[in-house]
Amino acid sequence: MTHQNEQGTGAAGGGPRILGVTDLSLVVLVGASGSGKSTFARRHFRPTEIISSDFCRGLVADDENDQSASKDAFDVLHYIAGKRLAAGRLTVVDATSVQQESRKQLIQLARQYDVLPIAIVLDVPEEVCAERNAARADRAGMPRRVIQRHIRELRRSLRHLEREGFRKVYILRGVEQVEAAQVVRERRFNDLTHLTGPFDVIGDVHGCSSELEALLGKLGYVDGVHPEGRTAVFVGDLVDRGPDTPGVLRRVMSMTASGNALCVPGNHENKLGRWLKGRKVQHTHGLAETIEQLEGESEEFRQQVAEFIDGLVSHYVLDGARLVVSHAGLPEKYHGRTSGRVRSHALYGDTTGETDEFGLPVRYPWAEDYRGRAAVVYGHTPVPTATWLNNTICLDTGVVFGGKLTALRWPERELVDVPAEKVWYEPAKPLATEAPGGHEGRPLDLADVHGRRVVETRYAGRVSVREENAAAALEVVSRFAVDPRLMPYLPPTMAPTATSRVDGYLEHPAEAFAQYAADGVGRVVCEEKHMGSRAVALVCRDADVARERFGATAATGETGVTGSLYTRTGRPFFDDAAVTEEILGRLRTAVTQAGLWEELETDWLLLDAELMPWSLKASGLLRTQYAAVGAASGAVFPDALAVLEAAAARGAEVGDLLARQRERAADAAAFTDAYRRYCWRTDGLEGVRLAPFQILAVQGRSLAALPHDEQLALIDRMVEHDGSGLLGATRRLFVDTGDPASLQAGTDWWLEMTGRGGEGMVVKPVEALVRDGQGRLVQPGVKCRGREYLRIIYGPEYTRPDNLERLRSRFLGHKRSLALREYALGLEALDRLAAGEPLWRVHEAVFAVLALESEPVDPRL
Amino acid sequence: MFLTINTTGTPERPATDLGFLLHKHPDNVQAFSTSYGTAHVLYPEASVWRCTAALLLEVDPVALVRRGKGKGRGGAPDAALAQYVNDRPYAASSLLAVALSRVFSSAMKGRCAARPERAGQPLPLRIEVPALPARGGSELVRALFEPLGWTVTVDAVPLDERFPEWGDSRYVRLVLEGELRLADALRHLYVLLPVLDDAKHYWVASDEVDKLLRAGDGWLAEHPEQRLITSRYLSRRWSLTRAAMERLELVRLAETDDSEVEEIDNAVEEIDDAVEASAADAVDKSTAASDDAEGSDRPVPLAVQRRQAILEALREAGASRVLDLGCGQGQLVQEMLKDSRFREIVGVDVSMRALTTAARRLKLERMGERQAERVTLLQGSLAYTDTRLKGYDAAVLCEVVEHVDLARLPALEYAVFGSARPGTVLVTTPNAEYNVRWETLPAGHVRHGDHRFEWTREEFRGWAGRVAERHGYEVEFAPVGPDDPEVGPPTQMATFRLKTLKTLKSSKTLKSSTTSETGAESPKNTARPAEDTPQDADAKEANAA
Repeated sequence: MTHQNEQGTGAAGGGPRILGVTDLSLVVLVGASGSGKSTFARRHFRPTEIISSDFCRGLVADDENDQSASKDAFDVLHYIAGKRLAAGRLTVVDATSVQQESRKQLIQLARQYDVLPIAIVLDVPEEVCAERNAARADRAGMPRRVIQRHIRELRRSLRHLEREGFRKVYILRGVEQVEAAQVVRERRFNDLTHLTGPFDVIGDVHGCSSELEALLGKLGYVDGVHPEGRTAVFVGDLVDRGPDTPGVLRRVMSMTASGNALCVPGNHENKLGRWLKGRKVQHTHGLAETIEQLEGESEEFRQQVAEFIDGLVSHYVLDGARLVVSHAGLPEKYHGRTSGRVRSHALYGDTTGETDEFGLPVRYPWAEDYRGRAAVVYGHTPVPTATWLNNTICLDTGVVFGGKLTALRWPERELVDVPAEKVWYEPAKPLATEAPGGHEGRPLDLADVHGRRVVETRYAGRVSVREENAAAALEVVSRFAVDPRLMPYLPPTMAPTATSRVDGYLEHPAEAFAQYAADGVGRVVCEEKHMGSRAVALVCRDADVARERFGATAATGETGVTGSLYTRTGRPFFDDAAVTEEILGRLRTAVTQAGLWEELETDWLLLDAELMPWSLKASGLLRTQYAAVGAASGAVFPDALAVLEAAAARGAEVGDLLARQRERAADAAAFTDAYRRYCWRTDGLEGVRLAPFQILAVQGRSLAALPHDEQLALIDRMVEHDGSGLLGATRRLFVDTGDPASLQAGTDWWLEMTGRGGEGMVVKPVEALVRDGQGRLVQPGVKCRGREYLRIIYGPEYTRPDNLERLRSRFLGHKRSLALREYALGLEALDRLAAGEPLWRVHEAVFAVLALESEPVDPRL
Repeated sequence: MFLTINTTGTPERPATDLGFLLHKHPDNVQAFSTSYGTAHVLYPEASVWRCTAALLLEVDPVALVRRGKGKGRGGAPDAALAQYVNDRPYAASSLLAVALSRVFSSAMKGRCAARPERAGQPLPLRIEVPALPARGGSELVRALFEPLGWTVTVDAVPLDERFPEWGDSRYVRLVLEGELRLADALRHLYVLLPVLDDAKHYWVASDEVDKLLRAGDGWLAEHPEQRLITSRYLSRRWSLTRAAMERLELVRLAETDDSEVEEIDNAVEEIDDAVEASAADAVDKSTAASDDAEGSDRPVPLAVQRRQAILEALREAGASRVLDLGCGQGQLVQEMLKDSRFREIVGVDVSMRALTTAARRLKLERMGERQAERVTLLQGSLAYTDTRLKGYDAAVLCEVVEHVDLARLPALEYAVFGSARPGTVLVTTPNAEYNVRWETLPAGHVRHGDHRFEWTREEFRGWAGRVAERHGYEVEFAPVGPDDPEVGPPTQMATFRLKTLKTLKSSKTLKSSTTSETGAESPKNTARPAEDTPQDADAKEANAA
């Protein structure tokens, strides 16, 4: 303890007393009523940092001096203090705290949130306290004996404060010391957020001096100094087991002393430190080798080692809190915290309480649960290869067991390693298994998706998901969706073009073109809209890629999974996995033949596509809804018309009615024709067609911003190289929104295509990802559906003038907003996927797209 | 939306009296406005010998959809109920029945001032309905009309002649012939058209139910299908409320995928139980036939036997804090509540609708505080780990695993055995071998449309053994229901018990020697604080048990 309470005692009247207060701590003021705690607190701390018991009494009882409300008042005080500490905010408790019992609760609170408890005692004479209270109307009646009791209790407490658990204790005796004291905020030892590196984080060395020198050389260090000013960071376990622990220590100690390295302690340093202090420790797990090697060193060196180990700080928070280094890893709630259990976790990690078949404790897979923003780099558990899991990475690649010594370049996130020269030490159990975060089918956590959520997106800020929508998405995902690892994207909804006023039309290209022209988009592409079912395809080059990159594992008895093919809600398109694989195989062949793996430098592709015919997937809906309407109308009209004609023949006044029923009959027939165009028979994959229209992402890259002309050129090559007849091309026409002739050509093209029964087209900015003048996202596409096709949406008779007129009052605002929010989420998912972010981050955005799809919006838009 | 009523006559009793009885003159074309469109009455023929009245309802499909409110949000109360693509303008639906009662209200009451004697007498009637939605098919149509004295001709209407493989539509062309009073005929139609209608796209006001029952006066009580007729009214009303209130979000997601909500949300109606119940009925009947006196000795339904077996196993395990994973409508939760040894019961299901039903069934809102404290219902998913589920004595997966795709089963395994990790896990699932014993189940079929698989005893044991091995459990098996010597029991149950743990005594500790003099860093409280990790809790529980 560096701050001794005696220090200031004799200095009364001397220079100002400096009170060091750690910047994240729970400061407990101790003093009798009237000792000036509130004044002291106001002078040295921000008003929001101070919670006073008087204030809390007022909150619960409307009277700051109502002692009967104390219990409730302290409940409130502890609750508020807890919230502040959880958020990492320094908190000052302004209450008498003269009784041990009340301090005990505060110390527990500090421990609960892993912050330092600090006591500042205001030991002011009784007379002064009494005088001050007398001057206050609300306390004037306070009996003198209350103050006396406070002071008695305070005096009794003084000697015990440290033993109670306060990590710093400042006692200010008399009014003068109180007046003269100055509070200075001190950084925590683990807070190196101001250091930005760049860093080279180095895994467990375990006395492998030669490999360490090789690695430092490979990283560019010359005699412990990097010419570009990089800093090495050691994750601990420098010592034990290996051939030259003194050599490693010498190197690391000199680098840290000269400011070229940082080092956190491992459990092996901790044990060695205890041995060096003469404590009894078992000479197991390689300590014996270290002791033997250190015998050959000077006493002075051993002393230096002891001091070095003693001075190590359990973990560091670096680079603006983007990087945390700790030997055994660290959950987010412990980052930058200071307590026994934080240190314990940093050195040893957490265990489940179970032991494995080798008698070793089973480690709690904290990294699986990790959801923090800071990257956590650690060692401790030997793994064959360093791999990222949830933004954490273990760099212990078992060099002493014959593995390799690995470093992580930060912020580059590149791995650099050197192989072990030999097996220096036989491992207690095989190295290959049990990588922390090994899969075992472990799914994501419900907390990643459940309830009301806000997803941060790069392109549209915070997108919120309501609880009921998340609940609906959870039902669908749980019952039907493919593995989240194989579902890195779901397609967003798309808004239709603004409603047309052109006679006989509800939608028409003119509005779509005009809208983009207004958004400042000069060139648009009109893409044929295929009428089938939306399909997303993840195509890997082979099963190994699918396994390594996406963790795809085959169900028992299946051959290797090489990707996925799923619907807009994430359901597998085909129940039979073999059919999926057959389609993926054909896609793969086309991609290979077209040379796209090499050209796009990838071994997987994510495709957005339409799968036809519509009747393949939607047959249930077709039968219960569309064909049913056709059947009913087909059955009723011949009879109805015959009756009307007979009545007319009798001379009844049916003129109008008959004509109207004839028109309705014609409309119903047109409706039947409309849906039939999208139905045809298939036999296996015979007759099935897949029309990809966008490559969404490849290894390391989202292609969402790749201009559509380039996109389509890539896809055309796939289609050309497809020998199986599966792939279909997407027809397109480029239109200049400022050129009347070009606009006319676009309209004519649409009329021609929809006149032949086409569904319609999608108009997109050629540049794909576009913002408007105010920096907001522009709709990535609007659909412009054909006149006949819309019978399937708005009913057989929608084209009748009075119906059309009513249908024109439709409200696109919500649909457009929804389309943009879902688009932003989709982009986010692709960016996260491309950046290799943790699965839960990708899934969060994907899940949100599905949840938003259950928002109430006119389903016909 | 269209039907005709025809009668024949003689000069003494002219067919044209039909006009008097209907209160509509045969020479006029009359229009009546109803809430869903305009109804027209006209006569294609009207002579002494033959007279035909036609009722044509012109439904306004746009108005039908746009009755509701809410700008841009689909108008009608439920997006999916508000399809513009809708058979209402064509089919003889409940809308037509409503129009019928509006246009022919006096005739339905049998009132006819002009021809009072004829109103009370039967007429030779022929009624044609060219497009009648008939849920239940022609058989049901016959079963409904024949007991009332009609000669029934039913012809199925194909869905689409272009695609004969799609089969018949739910519409039939119906011809009814018979000597009946006109008022009775109209009341039959008024009640039975909606009964036959697949009422998905139509909602009735609550007072209309009373009207419907009034229309059944005099014939409904004795009708052999009386139960079906009334229950369809009730179930229709219930399903509409349900659809409108409980799952709009799901309806929208189904639509996104061009599918129907029933396909997605199937947790509540357990066809499984239905099959079993009917099988039990069959058994019942056969026993009744052979053992005439013992007919009342009904076998206990399998679902009940399953719950009994589970409760027994839970008691044996000494479990008091229990998870019912996939609790559905909460039948098991309800049983557990009756036994005070179950102190904490958590029902978990992914279906919000199931949870709502369960809460209603358990009367959670009216339950006493002490009882209510014992129950929690949560939406959860076994496709994800869930920290809320950690630290329980036991978990029940009653008829759950078979609803998960095989490829996604490892996620469930980890979520239950790896993450929640209760001391005891009970899993029940159908025994596929037994399916040959269900008389009502076609060969090769699974018991429930949503079963992704059904296991033989060997397959189940293999799976359970691997799961137990991987996660440190021991497993035993027990039959539920009659254990057939050849094919085994209808339900198979596995009981997993967490193996006793070699708990690390005070886990790995730092001895107080780590007190370096670095001030802030040195931990003063060196012994690891007793952490309430779920694992520790588990260990304690397991040891206690």
